[in-house]
Amino acid sequence: MNIKNIKSLLALTSFTLATVLMQGSVMAQQKTDPQFNKMMKDGFKADGIAGLDRIDQDATQKFCSDPVFASSKQGEKMREKIQKMNMDSIKQPSDGKYIGDWKKGEAIAQSGRGATWTDTASTAVGGGCYNCHQIDKKEISYGTIGPTLWNYGKLRGYSNEVVTYTWNRVNNSKAYNACSNMPRFAHFKLLNEQQIQDVMALLLDPASPVNQ
Amino acid sequence: MQRKLSLGLAFGVLGSLLSIASSSFAQSATDDIAKYREMIAEGNPSELYEAAGEELWKKPAGPKNVTLEKCDLGLGPGIVKGAAAQLPRYFKDTNKVQDLESRLMTCMQKLQGRDPQEMIDAPFQNGPKKDMEAIVAYVVTLSKGDKINVSTNHPKEKEMYELGKRAFFFQGGPMDFSCASCHGEDGKRIRLQDLPNITTQKGAALGWGYWPAYRVSSGQFWTMQQRLNDCYRQQRFPFPIYGSDVTIALSMYMAKNANGGTVETPGLKR
Repeated sequence: MNIKNIKSLLALTSFTLATVLMQGSVMAQQKTDPQFNKMMKDGFKADGIAGLDRIDQDATQKFCSDPVFASSKQGEKMREKIQKMNMDSIKQPSDGKYIGDWKKGEAIAQSGRGATWTDTASTAVGGGCYNCHQIDKKEISYGTIGPTLWNYGKLRGYSNEVVTYTWNRVNNSKAYNACSNMPRFAHFKLLNEQQIQDVMALLLDPASPVNQ
Repeated sequence: MQRKLSLGLAFGVLGSLLSIASSSFAQSATDDIAKYREMIAEGNPSELYEAAGEELWKKPAGPKNVTLEKCDLGLGPGIVKGAAAQLPRYFKDTNKVQDLESRLMTCMQKLQGRDPQEMIDAPFQNGPKKDMEAIVAYVVTLSKGDKINVSTNHPKEKEMYELGKRAFFFQGGPMDFSCASCHGEDGKRIRLQDLPNITTQKGAALGWGYWPAYRVSSGQFWTMQQRLNDCYRQQRFPFPIYGSDVTIALSMYMAKNANGGTVETPGLKR
């Protein structure tokens, strides 16, 4: 082996080492920490419908609990993997219908109820959409964690692409943004297919007040 | 008598303000609530809890029939003034980092012989918790106006802060929420409710500095433990155990981030 080869081998080795070390520091928080896990396990009790399984994280939740890593260059591959996994879980409507009744959709968007330990299994779960989004301008009590949805269809049009994208986004927002703040409504069965069709109508029925 | 009268008047004004607020625009609704806060600032209903708490502090109770007057909240036995501003902190006798409520449970156990499990199991606003809430109101009022000054010099304090930070970002439940889902960005709202960004000093001071508080919508005085409990309820998590390490760790994270801010407790909240 000549000197030149040894030099390039050394350079390659140090580069590899540096990369591994850098990843190590970014990934530090991804490691499981027995002390933290014990604190979480001992810190909660099941109450009604809110069982302890709710703090058993799935891959998406685990990944997004470390926002520094999740938004880093090193986290990119995992981010794509998570998005693909969530995209693959989305089912298109079984009856081929995307647009339901916007009036029912508005009621679902208004309600932020359900799924807490003070609710029961029969409490209707709301979409809670107004908690985070402006939707119909007539409702002045809206949140700002998500973007405004006023004139949603009017601005984007009613093409198949827009309809499918919106369906996917409401069903499982993590298909497009691994750590989106929006709940995965179909994945955790918070809303059923018909309810999602109704919410779709609020956004994409040309007759919906949102599109006036 | 006069105080009771002015409180009653303030509630009446609140009722009409809230109804105006709901039929008005977003911005002016927020303004009205701010106006109400100003009006009632001289007569926060927490005063009723404080008075009851002071009595409970000085009254012999529990199997040992002893008062809490020798309770050490971190500044030495019996020193209440300024104590809430430096909590949570590490305590040598328990070898633990404790927040105000877990520390008060220790005092009730050691001085009065009371069983902390009864306190842990009691529902908020009921039985022994009612006493706790009054005592908390008394203690936090004696730090009003002080600078928040929480230490992470002890390794256990530093450790608790790091655990709290991790808990703050921990996602779970059927809605994937963590504390950070709502409290990790500046200038956000849920409906009309402004959300402090607790990852910043300013936001943490707005949150930590104003709780415990009298909560107008429920007509109750809420301790920090109850505030955290209701956050987790809305996060769709299981029930956080009263005084558990996760609640203390989160308090440590918030309090340390808020350092340098002012204690405004008891606050007055929506």
